[in-house]
Amino acid sequence: MIRITRKVEFSAAHFYHNPNFSAEENRRVFGKCNNPHGHGHNYVLEVTIAGEPDPATGMVLDLKELKEILQREVMERMDHRHLNYEVPELAGQIPTCENIAAVIWKLLDPKIKTGKLDRVRLYESPDLFADCTADASNGSGART
Amino acid sequence: MKISLTRRYRFAASHRLHTAKLSEEENKRVYGKCSNPYGHGHNYALEVTMTGPVDSATGMIANLAELDPFVQREVIQPFDQKFLNEEIPEFRAQVATTENVSREIFRRLKSFPSARLERVRIEETSKNSFEIEDEVDEVRG
Repeated sequence: MIRITRKVEFSAAHFYHNPNFSAEENRRVFGKCNNPHGHGHNYVLEVTIAGEPDPATGMVLDLKELKEILQREVMERMDHRHLNYEVPELAGQIPTCENIAAVIWKLLDPKIKTGKLDRVRLYESPDLFADCTADASNGSGART
Repeated sequence: MKISLTRRYRFAASHRLHTAKLSEEENKRVYGKCSNPYGHGHNYALEVTMTGPVDSATGMIANLAELDPFVQREVIQPFDQKFLNEEIPEFRAQVATTENVSREIFRRLKSFPSARLERVRIEETSKNSFEIEDEVDEVRG
């Protein structure tokens, strides 16, 4: 089995706020990330596909195809957007690194027809990232 | 699908690879220049990976407002700008290789209360890295 990884970068704004918390609780739990004017990051997304190379092409999945999928599913939805207001898939969720990575996994997984989505790694900064991986405990795993 | 969160920290420390269990000549042969009696140092990068349910109220596996001070207290403050062999009691009895440093840091961090420590990864230099995972730690006790 071979793993291939493609990287893309997008820039987006967000802030953390739970409407069920009091203003004070929001400040305590989320700190400066609660600033209602929002703030932004240069997100770096690494998407890994696992599979056997096709004997005819030598490829697990044509990276050109993966690039197009990432452009359509992630870049067009999230690049230069406000994640709290402009991404319907994140509606009702706090747009943390964990939740954004999970949304990206769910967007990409059904689109990968050749090979299997193995890992989504989303860097919010060079010092913080979330990983979504196929769950080994349920076999093929990727369809959650 | 399983989610984890990884946070990266840094500390700078010195160490010397040397064990009283070996002769001076053997120490020199096994550890080479790392056994220089005055020690040497590294800029270590530490990656701490946490897993567990994403809290639906906060969207988080671990709140950095809790994780950062915990790692600071347990590891960064005691290790940063220190001579590991002398100033971390656990390395008086064992060699301060980065394998052992990883295991000691894992031991110190696994009591984090609100998420499960999955992995500790240390870059000793940009060319060397060391990883220890939950189950490995349990097997070794």
